[in-house]
Amino acid sequence: MKSFQYLKKIDRTIDYDNNDRALFYYLMRVEPTVALCIACGACTATCSAGNFSTLDLHKIMLSIRRGEKVYIAKEITQCVLCGKCQLVCPKNVNTRGVILQIMSFLQSSQL
Amino acid sequence: MKTDVVVIGGGIAGLEASTALHNLGHHVILIEKKDILGGHVALWDKLFPNNKNASSIIHYLKDHLPQNLTILLSTEITNISKRNNSFFIETNFHQTIETKSVLVATGYDVFNAHLKEEYGYGIYDNVITSAELEEMFKNNKPILTKQGKEPSRIGFVHCVGSRDRKINNLYCSKVCCVTAVKQAIEIRQKLPFSETYCFYMDLRMYGLNFEELYNESQEKYGVTFIRGRLSEASETIDGKIIIKVEDTLLGRPLKMTMDMLVLMVGMVPSAGTSFLINKLDLLSNNGHFIASSDEHLLANYTNVNGVFVAGTASSPKSIDDTFADARSAVLAIHQYLTSQKM
Amino acid sequence: MKIEGKKQIWSSYQKEIANDNYYYARSCIRQNFFPGAENMFIKILREQLNKNIFDDERQTTCTGIGYHSSIVLPETTMTVIARQFSLMNEAGYDNFICSCVTSFGLYTEVIETWTHFPETLEKTKEYLYKSTGRTFQIPQNLVHASDIIYKFRYELLHKLKYKLIHHKTGKPLNVVEHIGCHYAKIFPHKGVGGAEYPHVLAGLIEAWGGNMVDYPERRHCCGFGFRQYLIKANRGYSYSHSLKKFESMQPYEVDLIITNCPGCNYFLDRWQYVAAIEEKKLFGAENKAIPVLTFEELAALLLGYDPWKIGLQMHQIPVEPLLDKIGITYNKKEKYFGTKPPQIPEILNYC
Repeated sequence: MKSFQYLKKIDRTIDYDNNDRALFYYLMRVEPTVALCIACGACTATCSAGNFSTLDLHKIMLSIRRGEKVYIAKEITQCVLCGKCQLVCPKNVNTRGVILQIMSFLQSSQL
Repeated sequence: MKTDVVVIGGGIAGLEASTALHNLGHHVILIEKKDILGGHVALWDKLFPNNKNASSIIHYLKDHLPQNLTILLSTEITNISKRNNSFFIETNFHQTIETKSVLVATGYDVFNAHLKEEYGYGIYDNVITSAELEEMFKNNKPILTKQGKEPSRIGFVHCVGSRDRKINNLYCSKVCCVTAVKQAIEIRQKLPFSETYCFYMDLRMYGLNFEELYNESQEKYGVTFIRGRLSEASETIDGKIIIKVEDTLLGRPLKMTMDMLVLMVGMVPSAGTSFLINKLDLLSNNGHFIASSDEHLLANYTNVNGVFVAGTASSPKSIDDTFADARSAVLAIHQYLTSQKM
Repeated sequence: MKIEGKKQIWSSYQKEIANDNYYYARSCIRQNFFPGAENMFIKILREQLNKNIFDDERQTTCTGIGYHSSIVLPETTMTVIARQFSLMNEAGYDNFICSCVTSFGLYTEVIETWTHFPETLEKTKEYLYKSTGRTFQIPQNLVHASDIIYKFRYELLHKLKYKLIHHKTGKPLNVVEHIGCHYAKIFPHKGVGGAEYPHVLAGLIEAWGGNMVDYPERRHCCGFGFRQYLIKANRGYSYSHSLKKFESMQPYEVDLIITNCPGCNYFLDRWQYVAAIEEKKLFGAENKAIPVLTFEELAALLLGYDPWKIGLQMHQIPVEPLLDKIGITYNKKEKYFGTKPPQIPEILNYC
């Protein structure tokens, strides 16, 4: 019987039950201010890197909690670690610390 | 029986106002349809944002009740009418009370969650209301699913019955947001291995220390807030709840399995409030509560001379707001009765 | 799951369904996909329930497929629907039955539009008169065919030869109902039981002995979506929707799916066939695919009509496992009336 070769659509639903949130639990231990982000977008608005790339820190912050690892790994490398996001954050999230911890977590874990 | 003022409703507004009016020298009769005083607050365990025992409020109010205040418990009003400048109130005990003024402190009912069909309240075993969860806390009941297990994931759905055109409740019920934060923290304290989630449209942390409580819930208790209104809940084969919501900050649909779903039910006018609106021809506001003559200047006055309103009979209010409102109603009634005497 | 909660909702969504004398509007695609269904509907009404139903050869499409694909203008749709009503008036009927769920949704939408925007009704009257010389009256009662079977489900129960019960074990069969989106999602109060927990097919399952299965993706669309399907390159979109549903119903060991919508029936049947080949997956009880029937086919089958004479061989998912469970005897050789049987993929060749 020949194949129909229909192109199945990729479900864009965040599959929370099956996502791996190890990164979030790691960050809650080493940098608990990560939990305070309210996704206001001040960081993204001021981000120099984000002007010329897809880097969007508030989305990364949310993705950490949702366990969207692939997205984080793809985006985080665009950060230039200037620290401006930390200056503007109204919740005083240690954004630079969060980013550095993400990088070290990703390096030490197999993705 | 003849009196200066009848206070209808023995919740915190009615209790506070009765005491103060009595202390100002007026003859007061307090009518409560239940056999206990304290209204909704008596059903609460701990209060936001300071974790105070709700019963301490009720105890305070009861302790300060004047000895000779007339309190009619288990008393329902069957009819109320106005003739000349007096009101005539008939009760289920066939008493008739003649009074110069009436304070309506009949409060709210919690929203009937059955009306939000898509959340499956009354259909799915593990969907409960915030009022039911609070009752579990209050009576020290174990937090268990219908299957008798400790829930490991609990979701709180904000704005159930509030800010919703579909069910014609356009208003914000004010206290549900912070109640969800409070209850999510309490769940984390009682069940340290559980995960808690709040699904919200906006978080309205308007009061003193509300925002601090919200911060604490995130940093200390790991409560996760997801901005999006639940579109539907379904039941899985093993009695869990699958929810569909958009994570609006990421712009993607999200689905998640819950062991228990708590619906943050808002306030609607109580049956007593609606009854009095009808019987006394009171005007009602957008939320079907009793309309104030002027929201800023005459908040406790109604369109009927001699009828005053206090507490959540006129709009959703927190405990603090209710007390302030009750005290301001007392002043309004005092002025009214004093001017009548002269 | 607490059935009392559903009953409370069902009681608040009941609608008027006329008792007799119906004008029947057929579906465009059902007659090709599973032609037995509409014929059996008429037969059941006439033979089993002694009702008067008029099957009009002059009627046309309601334009639903064109309308939902944005290739027919609303004004055209209104005029076409007005003509159908005019035919009904001419035949002397007031009660209109739609065979198709999308037609039902569209007729309802058009009548609502005329009610809320009377100027559109005036325009439609003008267009119809200018193009055909006809005038029309809106029907007194407009329902979907499944509403009729729902209304008479207990009358039919007394005539059933079989029930939705395993004839050997005596256990109720697990039945999934799928309601077409256009039945109640547009106007919840026009559907029996509302939109969140529709009762129109659930009521049949309950009355006829089955166990209604409520699975997490029950409310999800079958994936037809008209414009999303019509272009061949887009069909994976439709397929993905159905697949989501099948995966969600798999744990329930489903014996049967019933539908009231032409598109839903077609896709839930055909996409299971595709999934069997592409994914090597079967989603029903006993690791078989799930037979998909229309509500009329189910009624006819339980009433004792011959499965091959009511067209069940037109479904790509074999119905034999269901017949075996209910205890219906059938002649294997007569399935295709002596014509050459189609090639059955190995994974589905279990009958």
